[in-house]
Amino acid sequence: MPSTSKAGLRLAMRHVILIVVSFLMIYPILWMFFASFKPDDQIFSTSNLFPTTWTFAHYIDGITGKSGTNFGPMFLHSLEISVVVVIGSLFSSALTGFAFGRLEFTARRFLFGFMLATMMLPAQVVLIPQYIIFHRLSLINTFVPLMLPSFLGTTPFFIYLMVQFVRGIPKDLDEAAAIDGCSTYRLFVSVILPLTRPALITIAIFAFYWTWNDFFSQTIYLNNPNLFTVPIGLNMFMDNMGNSQWGDLFAMSIVSVIPVLIIFIFFQRYLVEGIATQGLKG
Amino acid sequence: MGISMGNALKSNAVARSATRLASKKNKSAYVFMTPWLLGMLFLTAGSMLFTLYLAFTNYDLLTPPKFIGAENFRQLWQDPNFWTSIRVTFIYVVVSVPIRLAAALLVATLVNKPIRGIGIYRALIYLPSLLGGSVGASIGWRTLFDQNGPINSVLSLFGIHGPVWLGNPVTAIIVLVLLSAWQFGSEMVIFLAGLKQIPSYLNEAATIDGASGVQRYFRITLPMLSPIIFFNLLMGTISSFMVFTQVYVITDGGPMNSTLFYVLYLYQQGFQYFHMGYAAALAVILLIIIALCSGFIFLTSRFWVNYDV
Repeated sequence: MPSTSKAGLRLAMRHVILIVVSFLMIYPILWMFFASFKPDDQIFSTSNLFPTTWTFAHYIDGITGKSGTNFGPMFLHSLEISVVVVIGSLFSSALTGFAFGRLEFTARRFLFGFMLATMMLPAQVVLIPQYIIFHRLSLINTFVPLMLPSFLGTTPFFIYLMVQFVRGIPKDLDEAAAIDGCSTYRLFVSVILPLTRPALITIAIFAFYWTWNDFFSQTIYLNNPNLFTVPIGLNMFMDNMGNSQWGDLFAMSIVSVIPVLIIFIFFQRYLVEGIATQGLKG
Repeated sequence: MGISMGNALKSNAVARSATRLASKKNKSAYVFMTPWLLGMLFLTAGSMLFTLYLAFTNYDLLTPPKFIGAENFRQLWQDPNFWTSIRVTFIYVVVSVPIRLAAALLVATLVNKPIRGIGIYRALIYLPSLLGGSVGASIGWRTLFDQNGPINSVLSLFGIHGPVWLGNPVTAIIVLVLLSAWQFGSEMVIFLAGLKQIPSYLNEAATIDGASGVQRYFRITLPMLSPIIFFNLLMGTISSFMVFTQVYVITDGGPMNSTLFYVLYLYQQGFQYFHMGYAAALAVILLIIIALCSGFIFLTSRFWVNYDV
């Protein structure tokens, strides 16, 4: 039996390595998670991962605004912006993806090529003019600059994903629909759109996740504290807080990643497929 | 039109309805395209041209833009902070991208074998890449490397007196490189998908021919994965040039501008001092740098990317 035991040993080694790697990878998250339940004087004084006494005060203080920054409304703002961006992204990518993937029109190839080229365009290159446009329209300190672009299909990844998906739907369906006297609009709404559900779910997940985590554009467009979102609030709180408020900061940081964790747990398949097949950034 | 017409030749009735559909489609296609076309005109293509124009003005958001020729670029040439930001960003890209890809490739190979609990291992290893770019995770990372943080307390268990990570120019950038390395999960997922595509007969044939595991890895696995390595290298390079949130939260450019990343400098010029013209010039140069680097990666790909299969 020497070969079997050798194989068993190698399997055990593999598990040991994987356990160590996994633990190292999630250690920072675990540390912050448990620190958020420690009384303030225990956070930095002990190298013990687990709290000796548990407290929920940091969570209550953060959400109710006792710590000086009221995170409650910020979560609502982040949620509102993210949900609207999801709707906008679904709207624009479904329409554009269908047109690029199924319809023939003048300059289609050129426009599609342009769309692909913008996938590599750094956001900062267009952010300055966009800021100026929204500034001229007096829309700074509103959610419009954060929401509107999604309705106009400014995330080429989503459109590309949709085009790929629409192209994969058998053409026989279109022809059958055409013979039945189905208009292009009916073809889109009744035939194509229901079949693109997996792509739509992937787009919704990434639109929500990217917007929820977005900091750059939110910090540019929002400087009224009444409109702050979670990322801005966290950063501001960290800059202004006293030394005894680390617990509150960790508690709110943990709450801020919960929506991402929920997506991860329930939609892992779509996330992984989006990354593996489209190269969407995780 | 090609495919619908091609099939339509089979029967006249279908041909007529298909041609009618095609001409109708041309009109209705633009209805479907309207949102995207508006976005392209005003927010993408229009904005790019606007950026190019602004780069040659002194626009400050308050007074109307005045054309000043190449003055912004001349100033940039003499701006020590500009050169610092270029240097810092290049160091970061050149160090962090290979580390990330190597880690992703190594761990992908490790979790490719279906053993018990592999799904959980993969999920835990992948999780940081989902959180890594957020403010919340950056805050965690910052405290992890705090002078009294858990990294230093673990080091002190081994009798090592940990450095003031974020107070020293060299260690500050190391902290940011490590944060990037921590997020290798999305590249790992892409590599995993690639590993599954490698036909098993290749490895089986090589084993019969007496090739060792290491030989198979370097002669079969790596060449077969090279298009995916290329993709990850390209995307990783582009996104590393644009790193912002982590830097802003963790170091805000300090200490002594040692982590003044390019996009952070662009942000300071554009959105803290409202030097819109100057920031636009920075944006134009960023675009050129990224285009050149992508072009360079494409050029070298001829020598190491295998497109045979």
